[in-house]
Amino acid sequence: MSTPLLDIRGLTRTFGGGRRWFGPDRAGVHAVQGINLDVARGDTLGIVGESGCGKSTLARLLVGLDTPSGGTIHYAGDDLQQLRAQDRHALARRIQYVFQDPLSSLNPRKRIRDILAAPLRYLRGLEGQALEYRLGELMEVVNLRPEFIARYPHEFSGGQAQRIGIARALAADPELLVLDEPVSALDVSIQAQVLQLLRRLKAEFDLTYLFISHDLSVVETISNRIAVMYFGRLIEQAPTRQLFHAPAHPYTRVLLDSAPIPGGPPIKAEEGEAELPDPLSPPPGCAFAPRCPRAQDDCRHTVPPLDNLVAGKDHLAACFHPIEGPWQRIATQSAQER
Amino acid sequence: MMTFITLIARNRLAAFGGVMLLLIVLLVLITPWLPLADPNITETANRLMPPLSDGHPLGTDALGRDILSRLLWGTRISLAVGVAASLVAALIGSMIGIVAGYFGGRTDNTLMRGIDMLMAFPYILLALAIVAVLGPGLMNALYAIAIVNIPFFARNIRGVTVGIAHREFIDAARLSGKGNLRILASEILPNVLPVIVITMSTTVGWMILETAGLSFLGLGAQPPQADLGSMLGEGRKMMLNAPHVATVPGLMIFLVVMSINLLGDGIRDALDPRLKSGALSRPAPFTRIRRRHKPLPDPTNDDALLSVENLQTDFEVGHDTYQAVNGVSFAIQPNECLGLVGESGSGKSVTALSLLGLVASPPGVITDGRVALAGRDLLDLPHGDIRRLRGRDVSYVFQDPLATLHPLFRVGDQLVEAIRQHQPMSRADARTRAVSLLGQVRIPNPAHRAEQYPHELSGGMRQRVGIAMALANDPQLIIADEPTTALDVTVQAQILALIQNLRREKGTAVLFITHDFGVVSQICDRVAVMYAGRIVEIGPTKTILETPRHPYTRRLIDCVPRLGEPDNEPVAIPGLPPAADALPEGCAFAERCDLAEDACRQGNIELIATDTDRQVRCIKPLGIPTPSPQGVTR
Amino acid sequence: MFRYALRRLLLTVPVLLGLSLIVFLIMSLIPGDPAQAILGSYATPENLERLRADLGLDLPLPQQYLVWLGNILQGDLGRSYALNRPVLDEVLERFGATLLLAGSSLVICILIGVAAGIVSAVRQYGWSDRVITLLVLIGISVPAFWLGMLMIMAFSVGLRWFPASGMTAAYGGGGLLDILNHLVLPAIALAVVAAGVIARLTRSNMLEVLRQDYIRTARAKGLGEGRVVMRHAFKVALVNLIPVIGVQAGFVIGGAVYIETVFQWPGIGRMLVNAISTRDLMLVQGGVLVVAASYVLFNLLADLLQHWLDPRIQA
Repeated sequence: MSTPLLDIRGLTRTFGGGRRWFGPDRAGVHAVQGINLDVARGDTLGIVGESGCGKSTLARLLVGLDTPSGGTIHYAGDDLQQLRAQDRHALARRIQYVFQDPLSSLNPRKRIRDILAAPLRYLRGLEGQALEYRLGELMEVVNLRPEFIARYPHEFSGGQAQRIGIARALAADPELLVLDEPVSALDVSIQAQVLQLLRRLKAEFDLTYLFISHDLSVVETISNRIAVMYFGRLIEQAPTRQLFHAPAHPYTRVLLDSAPIPGGPPIKAEEGEAELPDPLSPPPGCAFAPRCPRAQDDCRHTVPPLDNLVAGKDHLAACFHPIEGPWQRIATQSAQER
Repeated sequence: MMTFITLIARNRLAAFGGVMLLLIVLLVLITPWLPLADPNITETANRLMPPLSDGHPLGTDALGRDILSRLLWGTRISLAVGVAASLVAALIGSMIGIVAGYFGGRTDNTLMRGIDMLMAFPYILLALAIVAVLGPGLMNALYAIAIVNIPFFARNIRGVTVGIAHREFIDAARLSGKGNLRILASEILPNVLPVIVITMSTTVGWMILETAGLSFLGLGAQPPQADLGSMLGEGRKMMLNAPHVATVPGLMIFLVVMSINLLGDGIRDALDPRLKSGALSRPAPFTRIRRRHKPLPDPTNDDALLSVENLQTDFEVGHDTYQAVNGVSFAIQPNECLGLVGESGSGKSVTALSLLGLVASPPGVITDGRVALAGRDLLDLPHGDIRRLRGRDVSYVFQDPLATLHPLFRVGDQLVEAIRQHQPMSRADARTRAVSLLGQVRIPNPAHRAEQYPHELSGGMRQRVGIAMALANDPQLIIADEPTTALDVTVQAQILALIQNLRREKGTAVLFITHDFGVVSQICDRVAVMYAGRIVEIGPTKTILETPRHPYTRRLIDCVPRLGEPDNEPVAIPGLPPAADALPEGCAFAERCDLAEDACRQGNIELIATDTDRQVRCIKPLGIPTPSPQGVTR
Repeated sequence: MFRYALRRLLLTVPVLLGLSLIVFLIMSLIPGDPAQAILGSYATPENLERLRADLGLDLPLPQQYLVWLGNILQGDLGRSYALNRPVLDEVLERFGATLLLAGSSLVICILIGVAAGIVSAVRQYGWSDRVITLLVLIGISVPAFWLGMLMIMAFSVGLRWFPASGMTAAYGGGGLLDILNHLVLPAIALAVVAAGVIARLTRSNMLEVLRQDYIRTARAKGLGEGRVVMRHAFKVALVNLIPVIGVQAGFVIGGAVYIETVFQWPGIGRMLVNAISTRDLMLVQGGVLVVAASYVLFNLLADLLQHWLDPRIQA
């Protein structure tokens, strides 16, 4: 295997913490902890997790909007932090970001032309004719009418605004796009439009995607690999089909069991509390253990490492007692708390 | 800019203030060329002449100087000093505020600690101390007032900047290769500028007052130079025998400051987009009802718990009318769960809120239809009766439980309030009942949780509290408006299971509003699909999901990615829904429908019954060879 | 709550220190020689030298500050050369009068302002809202010192309802009724501006709060509108208003300077104005320091009150 495009090792980001003038010191919160992850060129890696799992922090670390507290990120063999130190535009030319909220990621007082021209000018050094030409190209690529370029963001619907956001990211001519919940704020009919566009762009421009979402079904349709996060850590990673065929981590199963499918079998609700641990005093072992029906003593004492389930097979899970066998929702059981 | 001026002109008070200010400014600008007496020539023979004296229209002061002349010259000085002071304060204060707000961290801390220190002095006191050091004089008063007002600008602008600096478009600009200076100049400043202008326009008047105040105390303008304040100060000494000497400059200060304040308010309102949209008006306790006629009850709904017939709710913003709900009819049987599905803007939430008059009004108006609860038309009831129904017979569960629970009351107290509003019960009994309700919605350790505030609970727990509150008086119907949309899937699964259980145990009917077909198929017996303010299809959930009759329903279901079927790619619907202030004739979906023909774009398309318990608003329903044209219309 | 109070109390120490530093620096920036100012231009060089040593003026600035601060902490604010008495005595005597005036004025403007603001918000765009808005506009545009003069002309000179000046009658005054009688006009004149500002902010705050989702929840529960407005909406608005009232207290204390001058009220504001004109800097310094320190403490109280009302504010 050649060097992966992204090689993440032990990535950690801690927020807060430190001393106070009066009163006890503040405890830090580990938003992201010890993440190891490879992304191959041309992949679409889906990152799935519920709110508070650290997926957005991970995304911001990758595009340089935030700086890691520990660990390394290598991009095509180069250390990302060094790359940033040498040239602050180096990172933005390679990795770009698509925001969740399409409208709030566009300055309300700027025309679309100015928004799209900025990366062309500052990252690609385009001016004059070349700039104009590229602007027209970008609008066409994301299926927006050329005359829209003179308008202000508030004149657009959510779906159109998201396409402008995608065009802005593409303007820098990046190789990797980090998409942070790019369709969650959109209605389903618009969501499908944007997903279609993303699929086309990936093929057209040879892009690599890191697709972050809380919605399993969306991630499933677009990714070829999926990583599941819980409480700041990766807990399972596998090729998409493998993951949905035989999810090994009990949390992944809970996620799958909870997702309602139109016309599908009844969902299974978790018993007990579906609550995250207190981030200020995390449990010593597996963060999911307090909710996990399979948890045993070892889970409560040691954090399980993310390891291959079967040597040589491309399916990793951070669990001491993974579930084996294919997943299927039991159709006879009705949705109720037992 | 033109629209800005028109906006101000439309505001009568602001226009009045603007015109008055303009007049005063013009007058003092041309003062040097007016045929006036020299303001500083003393003429003791003519001292303290009353107004309307010969040659002295406003009389003379204690030294026989012409008051009119002194007034105009004084106004000139007062205006100049006030405006200069506010420019200085705005410039320095805004700069500090922007830098502190944008860079944050230590920069912010250092700058704002300094500002806090200045704020620790009672306003004028600091100005007095500064004048004490610099010595009395007009320029020194100007500096003092400017310095004293810097914290005001710094704080305001910092607050706004912090809000903007954390917006995503700043991150986007950074990713576009812009550096800090460029971001400050081209992203932050254009968004902060209106706030600076507003702050200035509301403080200029104040600063003129304050400089006049210092002069009044004898610490500003020094004789023979006079501004309005020092004229007033001199006049005070002869307040009793020649009241006009003090009254005239005082009146002038008042007029100047008031015209500036009027204009300032106008500028503020013109720059605040919320005022235009009516978002700043107070929602009335009940939605306005202005029905064109009183509809007769539909006999087919006799046994229904709730029947809604031809409900229409508009939003009236300025001269535009947005038809949010455009003739919605449905019925709910006791213990039934009806789903109302649609995309954003389809009118599903407005429908739900219209039922008990909870649509914000203004701008909402119910313009037609009937909402009958067990046969009684709710739109006809006096407000007091509706209030007695709210929370007792029909209760609501809203989407975002953090925003919908009161932040300053303990959840137990909020439950107690809901109970005691409708049931005569002692506080202690209500308390016991509240705790038992929290237990019923499976909140662990309910007695302890009742003592907590909403912000201390997780999202799922808060929504359980919301449900407990809806259950407080054993209602016949619960209207749940996207109750799980803000929640994670695992929590959503639990909340859905809870609602199912409670329905089974208590026999409550549920109107469940959602955008998610997955959720619908979990919980709803029947479903109504909404598009552009109308129901386009209604019927049993299972059959609609399996064999949708309306092309929109079909396409909408096809848009949803289905878990476990990665090859089943979602198919997008091209285009956008029509705007609610320009609904097309005929079928609102025709523009986006690939089966549309000419007839779809004409007249009013009715809901027709296709099967025994299904209705669809389409002239070519899917899977039906030729619908009987005389199908049961309603 | 107790720990929060303690923390906030400790945090005011650096603020008070900073305050004293600012006052000290301002005063030491004054051009000219204080010793010369005190002794006059005919003083001998020896006397000047002796006085400078007495005053500690020959020490380096930081040391001067420490000495000065040490004296203040022992209650020694220096002597007023114009009045020839300890600054502290004079300031405390005057401060009581100002506290009475500003305090009653603050109570008046809070009561009137908040009530007017609520009425105005609840009857938005109605008849009473228009009248209140107009009154508020007049209130915040009128110069308080001029208003005071007009009130004297109308109610003291014209109608003879209230005395025009002073805190007590010259002969046989000093009783509670007498003081109240003297208090009415200045207290109202002083309250007008702040009442306008408070009414305005109460109105916009109430309107903001009344649009919130939890107000809709309260209505959906079937609560009466009175309860919705006064209990659910007002409590939140009040929490937002407390800092505003803190700021307004500063304006009221500041405004007292004018009002005390107009009504000859024997308060600290008039003392400061006189001290500035006679360049009695020790007195200015002491007066500013005491008023500013008590204003800091007042804001501390406002802060604690807000924390008590709003459980969301974390220590």
